[in-house]
Amino acid sequence: MDLSYSPEHEAFRRETVTFIEANKHLAPRPGGPSPLAWQALLIEKGYAARTIPKAYGGYGAEPDILKSRIIAEEFAKAQISPGMGGQGISMLVPTLLEMGTEEQKTQFIGPTLRGEMLWCQGYSEPNAGSDLASLATKGELVGDEWVINGQKIWTSTAHLAHWMFCLVRTEPEAAKHEGISFLLFSMDTPGIEIRPLVDMTGAANFNEVFFTDVRVPKDQIVGKRGQGWQVANSILRHERGSLADPNTMLSRVNALADMMATETLDGRPVMDNPIYRDRLMQIQGRVLAMRCNDLRLLSSAVNKQNPGVAAMVVKLQGTELRHELEALAIDVLGELGLLYGDTPRLRGHGSWQRDYMYFLGLIIGGGTSQIQKNIIAERGLGMPRESKLASA
Amino acid sequence: MEFGLSQEQVMLQASVERFLADQGGLARTRKFIGEGETRAHDVLEGLAGLGVMGLIIPEAFGGVGLSFLDAAVVSEALGRFVTPAPYVGTAVLAPLALMRAGSEAQKTEWLPKLAAGDLVAGVAISEVTGARSDAGVRLKDGKLFGTALFVIDFEADIFIVADGDGGLHLVAADAPGLTRTSLKTIDGTRPTGEVTFDGVSTEVLAASNPAVLRDLIDVGRVMFAADILGAAQDMLDQAVAYSKERKQFERAIATFQAVKHMCAEMVAALEPCRAMVWYAAYALDALPAEASVTACHAKAHLSEVGTFVARRSTEVHGGMGFTDLVGLHYWFKRIGFDRQILGGPQTVREDAARLQGFTR
Repeated sequence: MDLSYSPEHEAFRRETVTFIEANKHLAPRPGGPSPLAWQALLIEKGYAARTIPKAYGGYGAEPDILKSRIIAEEFAKAQISPGMGGQGISMLVPTLLEMGTEEQKTQFIGPTLRGEMLWCQGYSEPNAGSDLASLATKGELVGDEWVINGQKIWTSTAHLAHWMFCLVRTEPEAAKHEGISFLLFSMDTPGIEIRPLVDMTGAANFNEVFFTDVRVPKDQIVGKRGQGWQVANSILRHERGSLADPNTMLSRVNALADMMATETLDGRPVMDNPIYRDRLMQIQGRVLAMRCNDLRLLSSAVNKQNPGVAAMVVKLQGTELRHELEALAIDVLGELGLLYGDTPRLRGHGSWQRDYMYFLGLIIGGGTSQIQKNIIAERGLGMPRESKLASA
Repeated sequence: MEFGLSQEQVMLQASVERFLADQGGLARTRKFIGEGETRAHDVLEGLAGLGVMGLIIPEAFGGVGLSFLDAAVVSEALGRFVTPAPYVGTAVLAPLALMRAGSEAQKTEWLPKLAAGDLVAGVAISEVTGARSDAGVRLKDGKLFGTALFVIDFEADIFIVADGDGGLHLVAADAPGLTRTSLKTIDGTRPTGEVTFDGVSTEVLAASNPAVLRDLIDVGRVMFAADILGAAQDMLDQAVAYSKERKQFERAIATFQAVKHMCAEMVAALEPCRAMVWYAAYALDALPAEASVTACHAKAHLSEVGTFVARRSTEVHGGMGFTDLVGLHYWFKRIGFDRQILGGPQTVREDAARLQGFTR
């Protein structure tokens, strides 16, 4: 056990801090500099797209998990944008690097990294949620084109995206996991209709996307026909851990403690109430456990060890804990906690209510808590799968 | 950056576990309780042979000179095997009190005997973490008066006793004016009791002060948290193994989601606790600014998770979980003991709040 950083990493941290100090006036903000220029600067200096090869538009550094962590920590501390995110950069780029053709890498990775090409993910369908592999959107090869018909749902940022990476059933005769292909197409293709889906927070980040005879060139497929499930799965794993960052939770706990010291109830700070105080301490202890777990996972990644079940529990524990953390803040505020939207007396810009609801969404999205428990029990504890239905 | 156990720590834990398994595991514990033993000499001797009793004692005094993380790793193993051996008091807290506050002469006299396993040392500090009525020890004219409840490693040859002012004392178990009354708890693996002092002459640990006492509390809490980790992990392992064996409705009950989800909830809560115990133990040596708050959180959180696992594991076993035949209750009760000793979760969390300036 040694939590200190090497001199090389300490020096890298100082470099990062110096860069942030010198350039933070260029970081994007409403009415300020554009995100695209900031993204270009970050890639040039190696603070974004750090390990993506230069040939594809990245910075081309050797992978170093600790350096990536240092960058994330310092940008978060300075509260400036660490560059663009989104499903194109976080999911499609790693997938193309692993499974894409040379042409696909050259065509898509550069513009995606630079923020010129935004992507959305077409996976879930009305009848394919937890059982994603039962998806039914049909792709039929007609001449040199895939002809796509069907519907996707929960498609984040479909209304902003230029392109979609999409799971489509192309081999109707094959077993359910072996009949899916991973296709890429422009959202401008005729036959695509997008309808916004307003969620309980009042935002419309999700959409329904309908396909009617959408024609996609034959070569816009990643991997082979019928391999789409493996292609998608390699990055789904990527998505889960990122939903519940314990360092963010720790700063939420600190903000909540500050609020409890200043908000009053019957003329006394809420913090003086031992019941609220104990609830805060319970949450703080649980967050601390997840932060320790996160350090263990980081160390496993650096030392190329398999963290086993410690990694599988993060999505389940993290999203549930974050939801409860935000719930405590609302209880601390009492009636004030009900305020939402543009209104007098609003606390924390409405973030407590918003995140309380938003994290209920994350408990469900990306594999529900119940599906997570199945995965943990079966893959983590080696418990047998349920017997198949006789009809299946 | 290396977060986790070293190769040596993994081996230390494995060798302790191998010894405890060879010793008979649960069968040895049943015998200890069933025959009303007060000291498991064979276990103590074996642990001393492995260096466990002198783990944190410097080599100059006959010990091994290892860290609190090493001590926590052993505590976890003892919890896993519900071992009826003096440890937190004798091998950790009493040596620590002597190392931090004792004179050279006291260290020279007592530490080698503790390291060799020749001596059991009880530690009477429970009043510092929440005194009950009719309890508490005070120093008057150089003599001790009062009562210490729930002395850790009660069946001892000497006691380390905290007075009400943060002073620490070393007292022989047969000192005139000292009376011992055994208290029977749910956890038969930990003989406990109260010690009454009626003008008992003491050997003061000269450098003792409230800060040293605080260290004892922190270290003790982390050791009991580690004990819970081991005990709860074993209960979880037993539940998973049982669910794969037990058949109902022509299939292993492990195939049912209701059972699976209970097991998944246990491991999801417990696995992060492992990292938390490592971190809290490491902090005792390396991160003094965080050590006390982290120790409080480790103790409180492991207590909550341990209690949850103890209940759920018993439920997975169905009716058999409730019986002495399976013997799960030894772990259940061990966790129950660990939860209350040196402060229950609410008490310890309030301590964490106070340490962060959240109380006034």
